[in-house]
Amino acid sequence: MFRVFALFALLSILSWTPIQAAEPGLQPSPGRRQALIHMVIQDCGSCHGLTLKGGLGPALLPADLADKDVPGLVATIHQGRPGTAMPPFKSLLSEAEAAWIVEQLRQGFPRDQGERP
Amino acid sequence: MKTPILHYGIDLLVALCVLLWLSACGSVPPQVAQDALRGTGNLGLVIERADGRGQIVDNSTRQSLATVPGLGDLSHASVVFSRDGRYAYVFGRDGGLTKVDLLLARIDKRVMQAGNSIGGAISQDGRLVVAQNYAPGGIKAFDAQTLELLADVPADYGDQGQRSKVVGLADLAGNRFAYALFDAGEIRITDLSDPKHPRTQRFPAGRQPYDALVTPDGRYYIAGLFGEDGLALLDTWQPEQGSRKILSGYGRGQEPLPVFKMPHLRGWAIAGGRAYLPAIGRHEVLVVDTTTWQEVGRIPVKSQPVFVMARPDGRQIWVNFAFPDNGWVQVIDPLTQQVTSTLQPGKAVLHMEFTPKGEQVWISARDDHKVLVLDTATRQVLQELPASSPSGIFFTHRAQRMGF
Ligand code: HEC
Repeated sequence: MFRVFALFALLSILSWTPIQAAEPGLQPSPGRRQALIHMVIQDCGSCHGLTLKGGLGPALLPADLADKDVPGLVATIHQGRPGTAMPPFKSLLSEAEAAWIVEQLRQGFPRDQGERP
Repeated sequence: MKTPILHYGIDLLVALCVLLWLSACGSVPPQVAQDALRGTGNLGLVIERADGRGQIVDNSTRQSLATVPGLGDLSHASVVFSRDGRYAYVFGRDGGLTKVDLLLARIDKRVMQAGNSIGGAISQDGRLVVAQNYAPGGIKAFDAQTLELLADVPADYGDQGQRSKVVGLADLAGNRFAYALFDAGEIRITDLSDPKHPRTQRFPAGRQPYDALVTPDGRYYIAGLFGEDGLALLDTWQPEQGSRKILSGYGRGQEPLPVFKMPHLRGWAIAGGRAYLPAIGRHEVLVVDTTTWQEVGRIPVKSQPVFVMARPDGRQIWVNFAFPDNGWVQVIDPLTQQVTSTLQPGKAVLHMEFTPKGEQVWISARDDHKVLVLDTATRQVLQELPASSPSGIFFTHRAQRMGF
């Protein structure tokens, strides 16, 4: 009970910033999705390209990810890849959100509608 | 004395075209049309990266003069200028190289030269524009006037025909170019004085060089290393001595913090005999003496530094930061080696550019969709210019500097 409360308190403290982690296991809210989409295009885009066709990091288009292990991709985003330039995003998003991003990447990533609704 | 007259005639023709074009274009402020003959020393290009456009700006009047669309994928765009300051060469991520005429506010020429590109440089004599590419990894040299391909120098390494991503391209004296190979851990110097016969020297540098700079005199080439604690330094006056490590072990064995954006070394951060360099995986600016190349200090800053840029007179050092702390900018005083201002000029600050003598700095705030012009002495905002997802800001005075 206390842990749930603590998590809740933590989330509300963090809630002023658009980059906050959602509760694990839940689908991100529409507002949060928009923030995640913006982050992937703009800030993952600084390494993977704004069109996700690759840069310092590899291309993340559906064709590039089709044959890749999904949990592995989720872990790559959440934990990073030590020894490479791929940083861990766990301080900025939950594992569930990383999984949601991988799902979107594999389907063809949505258009960026700006930082927040 | 036929030639000068001919030139004069062409100049008049150009002026006439400018006048005609300006009067035909409603978006241009009327006072520009009145004095259509103008210099280019105070012009610049603001990249609107999400829309593949550039805004031509005047840094004296702090106005946007015109917009040039059709520049392609501009995530990671960079720009160099012809030495008359009339043409901007825009290198796009998609491998597009576009020559933009700043006076006529239109594309003069455009070629697709690679699959994935990261930037470029212009030669000492201004005749060659050179692109640095990720895919296919290497550099390519073009005729600055026609954009005709003159040389293709692959960044090949290993014995299986691998090609490395190229970073940190910088112009050196003698139409030479220095660059670093991210995947191969090398610094290379290619002599393009005879573009038909490029000659390349190779120097082992260290793990994963991610960007580089050349000192204002064009002598020292410094590559930042992502894969190890330290930077690689090459004296281009005595390249035969090879590259050596400086600031080795600056992380002191500590677990590095995540780097959400690679720092940029391009842009001088050399002031008062010291170089100010972003640490990797540490929220610090490293200070190194440029005669001994020994560390002389480190300055704690807000987050992972991206650009560490000295005002042209060296009296201030401005620093911006990686996502998610990219709303902050800090100013360092080189006398006290301390942060003297912490500013929040806007959301997602991607770039800063000083006016030629540094009384103002232009700052792009991507998520606020504006460019802010600040007085560097008072840090007050003097002007805001609307721009769609602005990223890089490039002023023509870069044309007169090595390494830009
Ligand atoms: C600082 C640069 C950088 C940033 C920022 C970055 N990445 Fe990466 N990413 C890389 C690199 C480099 C690799 C390749 C790692 C390797 O060599 O295995 C990579 C690999 C990946 C992979 C694995 C691809 C594959 O084919 O196996 C995924 C998925 C990925 N990144 C997603 C993201 C997402 C999503 C973000 C933003 C939340 C992001 N990256 C931000 C540099 C970056």
